[in-house]
Amino acid sequence: MSKDKSRRGKTKARRTAQAVRSGSPPGMASPGKEQSRQVKDYRQLATQLEPRRPILRNVIAAFLVGGVICTIGQGAMQVWNGRGLPAEQGASLTAATMIVLAAILTGLGVYDLIGHAGGMGSAIPITGFANSIVAPALEFKREGYVLGVGARLFQVAGPVIVWGTFVAIVVGALRMLFLGA
Amino acid sequence: MEPIMPYLRAFLVGGLICVVAQLLLDGTRINPAHVMVTFVCLGAVISALGLYQPLIDFGGAGATVPLTGFGHALLQGINKDVMEFGPVGLLTGGLRATSLGITVAIVSGVLVAMFFNPKGN
Amino acid sequence: MDAGSKERQLTKRIGRQTLLFRRRPVVVSTATAVGPEETKGPLAADFDVTHHSNLFGQKSWEHAETFMLRESAKLAISKVGLSPDQIDLMLAGDLLNQIIASSFAARDLYIPFIGLYGACSTMAEGLALGAVFVDGGYADRVVAAVSSHYDSAERQYRYPTEFGAQRVPTAQRTVTGAGAALLAGSGEGPVITHATIGRVVDMGIKDANAMGTAMAPAAAHTILQHFTDTGLRPDHYDLVATGDLASVGHGIASELLREGGLDLGTRYTDCGMLIYDLNQQRVSSGGSGCGCSAVVFCGHFMRRMLQGELRRVLLVSTGALLSPTTTQQGDTIPCIAHAVAVEMPPPSGQPGGEG
Repeated sequence: MSKDKSRRGKTKARRTAQAVRSGSPPGMASPGKEQSRQVKDYRQLATQLEPRRPILRNVIAAFLVGGVICTIGQGAMQVWNGRGLPAEQGASLTAATMIVLAAILTGLGVYDLIGHAGGMGSAIPITGFANSIVAPALEFKREGYVLGVGARLFQVAGPVIVWGTFVAIVVGALRMLFLGA
Repeated sequence: MEPIMPYLRAFLVGGLICVVAQLLLDGTRINPAHVMVTFVCLGAVISALGLYQPLIDFGGAGATVPLTGFGHALLQGINKDVMEFGPVGLLTGGLRATSLGITVAIVSGVLVAMFFNPKGN
Repeated sequence: MDAGSKERQLTKRIGRQTLLFRRRPVVVSTATAVGPEETKGPLAADFDVTHHSNLFGQKSWEHAETFMLRESAKLAISKVGLSPDQIDLMLAGDLLNQIIASSFAARDLYIPFIGLYGACSTMAEGLALGAVFVDGGYADRVVAAVSSHYDSAERQYRYPTEFGAQRVPTAQRTVTGAGAALLAGSGEGPVITHATIGRVVDMGIKDANAMGTAMAPAAAHTILQHFTDTGLRPDHYDLVATGDLASVGHGIASELLREGGLDLGTRYTDCGMLIYDLNQQRVSSGGSGCGCSAVVFCGHFMRRMLQGELRRVLLVSTGALLSPTTTQQGDTIPCIAHAVAVEMPPPSGQPGGEG
């Protein structure tokens, strides 16, 4: 850290320590301008002192894990397309295959390990979507099949379906308006 | 060389889409769920602009397997239903096209819950 | 006495937040239960009960947590030849909604029960309140117990356990562990001399994956207040241990303490950093949870005090008082830290007194 930056860090630490020692309510409990000043100081101090995310390592892992999953998907797609089905059906069946694979890996307790390692490389492919549906189903089994499994199945994946559907409708409508039905 | 090219392209395209997501996650510190929602919506938008199909033509499963492909499927389903049924197709097309995937996910979830237990950590 | 009179006759309160226990309640016994991951850590030999599975042979994570809390309380009680019906009071808390692990354990133990919630600060909270009951003559035997469980915490606060979410460097791993301490008016063991009750401090951190960062100011606040109230020197305690700031929060708190005029040097440590091998185990910055400070204090520090290795320890359990709802509503994270001073009296036959 440069000398200037480290001095600024010391100042923030000292100001935060003063706020904490002062006897008056610190941070979010202090009024108006004082609150924003103290919060800003501490947040900046925290950013300086917290470890950085290993972005390069994460990006490489995401690339490799995501790449491998999609390659497996490519294999599945070649199998389905080899049966002479129309292209969209081939894509759907590929998706279905990957979903079943991810579901089994989740049940075996393996997919979460792939997720820890791969980050977005495991969350973005359809397998991540499947894991986000099967994991809560499995987890809340202990609360019963109706109120546990049934109610919680879409706990994590819900937003993807809800917003995907909604945005697709809006975009589809706009497309319809601009290009004609 | 020829037989493995589709696999290499799938690896590359799929990997790169995941890289963009990871950069978004680590750079902006937003929730992973927000990243996933962004990607499915992005897929729909890029698809509407007619730019997603070329990506699929090149990358195959590398483009269909990620969530952007799911967004693309939703939009293409809407286009298809609108052409066939008119404006009501806006409401029926998306889930119709993705019905196989979503149903398989539901059935898998229920079956896995029936036969497995969470191991935790 | 006139409630409005400025002169308050409190003989057991010093400074702004610190309680002085003149009758020095004794920690006569402690017991701990931990999960498989904790037995892979450096303190494994200091824990009493464990199991090869995080289910502990029970039918759910929550039942496993109740089991751990109940069994560690029972064990602490039986270690001095007593049974639960001879205990005057049970103080217990955990991280689960409605503190169910504590309530269900209290049902099984059938001891008069007061439930506590201080998030991960509950161990010090329980020890402090237990000391108040004993010192005040309202109970002669009090068991203070807390628990946390990685999987029950994950499914409540974050994601289902089989979901593949990636951990970030500032995150921590909830300790699967329960610790119980039996306090009594007399007996053999370390004594509780002071307790400093914390105030809720919130310096504006919103990131639920950076709890150490959120809690550090509260810890610094309580520690600084303790030394101000008591007038003790920085080298009075062999160890000042925060509960679960972990490596990130520990670094920030050290900085805040130094800038606040208190340099504890290597005497300042953190239970979240001690319980796991940060290099070998996949725990990001360290341990968290009520069970963290509980098992490290009840298992590890107690052993070292009884063996004469440590004489005085200030346990500062730290808690983040958030919920998934507050995070989703965009709120910041209010935190609290309570401090309990525990001291090993000199062996009998030697003069006692303050050092």
